[in-house]
Amino acid sequence: MRSTEVMVIGGGPAGLSAAVEAASLGCQVMVVDSDLKLGGQLIKQTHKFFGSKEEHAGTRGFEIADILFRELDENKERIQVLSNTTAVGYYKEDGVVSCVTGEDEYFRVKPQRVIMATGAQEKMIPFPNNDLPGVYGAGAVQTLMNVYGVMPGKRVLMVGAGNIGLIVSYQMKQAGVDIAGIVEFMPHVGGYWVHAAKDRRLGIPIYLRHTILEALGDRFVTGAVIQEVGAKGGLVGEPKKIDCDVICMAVGLTPTCELLWQAGCEMTFVPELCGYVAKRDNQMRTSIPTIWVAGDAAGIEEASSAMVEGRVAGLNAARSTGHLTDTEFDARSSLYWKRLSDLRAGPVGEKIRYGISQACCGSWEV
Amino acid sequence: MEMDMLFNSGILTEERPGAIKPPQELWEKKQNGLVIIECPQRIPCNPCHTSCPTGAVMPFEDINDTPRIDYAKCTGCAMCVAKCPGLACFVVDLTYGGADEALMKLPYEMLPVPEVGAVVDCLDRTGEVVSQGKVVRVMEPWKDKTLVVHVSVPKALVMDIRAIRVVK
Ligand SMILES: Cc1cc2nc3c(=O)[nH]c(=O)nc-3n(C[C@H](O)[C@H](O)[C@H](O)COP(=O)(O)OP(=O)(O)OC[C@H]3O[C@@H](n4cnc5c(N)ncnc54)[C@H](O)[C@@H]3O)c2cc1C
Ligand code: SF4
Ligand code: SF4
Repeated sequence: MRSTEVMVIGGGPAGLSAAVEAASLGCQVMVVDSDLKLGGQLIKQTHKFFGSKEEHAGTRGFEIADILFRELDENKERIQVLSNTTAVGYYKEDGVVSCVTGEDEYFRVKPQRVIMATGAQEKMIPFPNNDLPGVYGAGAVQTLMNVYGVMPGKRVLMVGAGNIGLIVSYQMKQAGVDIAGIVEFMPHVGGYWVHAAKDRRLGIPIYLRHTILEALGDRFVTGAVIQEVGAKGGLVGEPKKIDCDVICMAVGLTPTCELLWQAGCEMTFVPELCGYVAKRDNQMRTSIPTIWVAGDAAGIEEASSAMVEGRVAGLNAARSTGHLTDTEFDARSSLYWKRLSDLRAGPVGEKIRYGISQACCGSWEV
Repeated sequence: MEMDMLFNSGILTEERPGAIKPPQELWEKKQNGLVIIECPQRIPCNPCHTSCPTGAVMPFEDINDTPRIDYAKCTGCAMCVAKCPGLACFVVDLTYGGADEALMKLPYEMLPVPEVGAVVDCLDRTGEVVSQGKVVRVMEPWKDKTLVVHVSVPKALVMDIRAIRVVK
């Protein structure tokens, strides 16, 4: 049985920030991540990020990962990194986490504190033939293209005009893939207006108030049928046939929370945070006093806020293991919460603010 | 309604807070040009301000503010053009070249990299080719692969042209 003071599950922006924070304050930290390379979503993001300077806005996602890797390296004597390693079980009887490296090397860890930063999973919508080869999630398309340098197809229909759909369309266009269009159910794009403008000026049509009816093809995708949606939600007009060899689904993410369920954390369904999330106090601590959550696993948001939440979780884990005084804690903590409230202050943060008000219980003690 | 749907899909249809034209009189005589920002939605983002060396993009009280510009301070340097993650900043120099000509400094993140002297397609906000332009300079202000391409274009189209495409 291995042991560590703080175990961070997931090495995306939230987990890496948590690990760096806790280690820089003196904790012994173990980070596990399923992927071969750490960085989570960041390593697939070739576009420049939004946000503020503190969270590296204006820098490309994969370069933000590089900044975090350097910080990890500066604290390497206190951080053990295990990539290609998935945490597969949490035993609530004794707080043991079981992990597997590769496909068959199992081991157990007994951490004093756990930070769950497992990120998110893609959603899918039902339509006939959605199991044909050529129907991909946007995450898969990004992995193919930006991690392995493989073109996903020749002509793509994107479903969903949230930030992911808008950005991945732009990235495919950069890679030389033709985009047949972006289909969006709502009467407006869900992502940032400027991302839509970037796509539009490259000639990508955005079909608002449209939905996908079916994928066409026998053994693989050869096209799709889309149709307009009326004000009352029913189909109007004529179905349109779109020629494409890939249908890329960007219809939303949902927090990855299996381990939180296993651990017996109190969970709640919050649509604004995109699924089931752990109830947390105002320091990101779950109902199990030794477990914190951070990043998309705590509610779908952004890398900018994920990094700050990771800092909050790391800071708290360090305090609870006696590595810093209350005064030091208060100074850092108020700084991080100020940043989070700034990031969430605007109209796009409204949904998040409401979602958090539903998931946060203030303090577990009272 | 039609116009709303167009705007809702990412096409600027009229001036709005965060997307306004520079004052004409100053613009016509400002060598090196003035910035045009088209960022009409409140989003948590401010690199246009933090990257501007002259303070022409005014400080954001709240990071969600839409950008406001002090045109008197803008030098047309295009640092913001290359830094803005929304590719929403452009510089237009009306003093460049002949009477019917203007210079646009546009963000560019595609391949191939345009060559100086080449004739390129100029695209409007919907991706339609509205004219040809000539590449005058290609800069990489932050050495981060976002290029700023200086293109000479017909003066009458500076409020239409928003991107270029290399002609193969
Ligand atoms: C196309 C796209 C564009 C985006 N653009 C922006 C942007 O401009 N600005 C911005 O701020 N944000 C942006 N985001 C959002 C941002 O990438 C995410 O919000 C952020 O990555 C969330 O960080 P995270 O650490 O919580 O999760 P992730 O980055 O998803 O990392 C989670 C990690 O946990 C690992 N993991 C999961 N389960 C286990 C387990 N059981 N054991 C071990 N490891 C596990 C995963 O392998 C993964 O590496 C974008 C996202 C996408 C997809
Ligand atoms: S062009 Fe230069 S001076 Fe003008 S707003 Fe942009 S960065 Fe500032
Ligand atoms: S940097 Fe670009 S996208 Fe961000 S606020 Fe400024 S103009 Fe808008």
